[in-house]
Amino acid sequence: MRPTLTIERCQLGSESFVNNETILSVKGLKTEFVLDEGTAKAVDGVSFKVDRGQVVGIVGESGCGKSVTIKSIMGIIQKPGKIVEGRIFFRLKQNEELVDLRSYDSRGEEMRNIRGNDIALIPQEPMAALSPVHTIGNQLVEAIRLHRNISKKEAEKVAVERMRQVGMPSPEERMSVYSWQLSGGLRQRVMIAMALMCNPRLLIADEPTTAIDVTTQAQVLSLLRELQSAQELAMIFITHDLGVVAQIADYVVVMYLGKVVEKGPVDDIFHSPGHPYTKALLASIPTIHTPAREELPTIGGSLPHPFNRPMGCPFHPRCAAFIPGTCDKIPPTLTKISSQHSVSCFLHSENLVDTQ
Amino acid sequence: MLAFILKRLMTLPLLMFIFSVLAFILIQAPPGDFVTSYVAELAASGSSVDQLQIDALRQLYGLDQPAYMQYFKWIWRMLHGDLGISLDFQKPISELIGQRLLLTVLLGVATLIFTFAVALPIGIFSATRQYSFLDYFFTVFNYVGVATPTFMTALILMWLAFSQFGITITGLFSPEFADESWSWARVIDLSKHIWLPMVILGLDGTARLARILRANLLDELNKPYMEMARAKGMPEWRLVLKYPVRLALNPLVSSLGWYLPLIFSGSLIVATVLNLPTIGPLLLRSLISQDMFLAGTIVLTYFGLAVIGTLLSDILLAWLDPRIRMEEA
Repeated sequence: MRPTLTIERCQLGSESFVNNETILSVKGLKTEFVLDEGTAKAVDGVSFKVDRGQVVGIVGESGCGKSVTIKSIMGIIQKPGKIVEGRIFFRLKQNEELVDLRSYDSRGEEMRNIRGNDIALIPQEPMAALSPVHTIGNQLVEAIRLHRNISKKEAEKVAVERMRQVGMPSPEERMSVYSWQLSGGLRQRVMIAMALMCNPRLLIADEPTTAIDVTTQAQVLSLLRELQSAQELAMIFITHDLGVVAQIADYVVVMYLGKVVEKGPVDDIFHSPGHPYTKALLASIPTIHTPAREELPTIGGSLPHPFNRPMGCPFHPRCAAFIPGTCDKIPPTLTKISSQHSVSCFLHSENLVDTQ
Repeated sequence: MLAFILKRLMTLPLLMFIFSVLAFILIQAPPGDFVTSYVAELAASGSSVDQLQIDALRQLYGLDQPAYMQYFKWIWRMLHGDLGISLDFQKPISELIGQRLLLTVLLGVATLIFTFAVALPIGIFSATRQYSFLDYFFTVFNYVGVATPTFMTALILMWLAFSQFGITITGLFSPEFADESWSWARVIDLSKHIWLPMVILGLDGTARLARILRANLLDELNKPYMEMARAKGMPEWRLVLKYPVRLALNPLVSSLGWYLPLIFSGSLIVATVLNLPTIGPLLLRSLISQDMFLAGTIVLTYFGLAVIGTLLSDILLAWLDPRIRMEEA
């Protein structure tokens, strides 16, 4: 028996966390890496959800646990990493109940049928994610034939169709080309086409624009947005670039040291950020109004070592609004500051409502 | 691909020319020529040769001419399929080498197949189950394999077989087939004998290749394309075989270039110990008896095998890796 989560049961919780349109709901996810030197809590109690047609941006600097979060969701965490707590609810079909993906063996057939089929990944570096000795066509065809019982010819047709969809010029010819013969932008288009091969319900993009130049970045972003809204795809978009988030996301989750420090609709995050970390991140974005040759504000200090996490709020050693005796003693909890906007900070603890 | 192979084939004559010069210098290196040693040998056994015969012999081999002319005559005869006559055996060299060359190549190819058939699974297993009990076991086994000289293995096995089971395991044929002409029965007899020298000769290479493959694979197993294949929902064993093994094979295939000649020439001592009818022991004997044209021909044959080995590994590599294929075509 696999545990399922009915909508009714979920609504009995502290909030109506899940609705009919929810595709993915992550609750209290904890993923650890047990090494000889100690245990790194890469993801430490992360909760968020993604609805149909919604783009959720996960923002944070390197090492904050963004990638580990999505690898946990897909069940591709490699040893010595391990999910130790939390649930990952996913709706396989519309109008069906949500299932907990953690109840499946991550290498088992059921989970493999979900990966690439229902949940697809657009990786960070297309160059490294593509095999240099297999043709683009070979890898595209493989993506669909792992899940659909169709002939190679039919699969090739789908592949050409998807390449056309993502704006690949002369897609038929590109089938027999190798990854290193394509430009960075085209390579990323191949990855997007590959992710779309099986018409997934959830698309996970892991910093898909980091490895490409700014002009191409804009093209890839608008392509993703187009495809996403046309098919009402649910999408998780991971980035460290708040400018990119502003362009693509509907809802933003800000992470710091494996924890969610703030989450809310994109407008709330950008216009009324609640957490000092989010504020600092926003302040460090150059705008057209920033005077030339002026240093951008930065966040002082550096990321603590993963084995040596600070007590209390993980951000307090670098925080401008640090309250001695509180922030370094007690860990703050996520607190609602409006119906959809929550912050994990003592500055907002007057309206203490636990949203866990 | 065809252009690539043709380009490689075109370098063959040049390589063989250079090697033939080298082989000729080797022939000429010892003092005196072999007519002098031939005459000396005959004189020692009591018979005498008159000057006419000596001159005729010198003329036959062109020894009265300058070195470069001698070289061209030697090469000219070679190109016309005349390898000359072995002084020691008093037989045409082609007759002496013919069957031995066939058996040498057969044994070499069998050893190569054995090496890859054993090294591939061990390497893949060791890398994917790093630090497991069997990985440690294979590591120890591999170091022993690399560290033990092959002739030593041959001697130990011969001694074991004789002292424990009372059988001799030398040669490639049973006595009744040794000098027979080829027949099915002889082929079957060969297959009964060839596996032991094959295993002995292949042990060292197997150990080396398994180590190389393990190290290469460990590099590949953490690459992002592994994660991508997992994210596509590919079964683990299938993705390991399709992507990292394929990429880790490249350095292994390029090692073929030096491994193949090594099997051929490295078998000299083992072949002598095991009394195999390959060209190795023949080279040894020709060197001892100063049968220099025979020795020269064998050395040139080794060069030829090395060139073919390298060529094969280049072609195989180009076939495996499109990056090499397209860069060089």
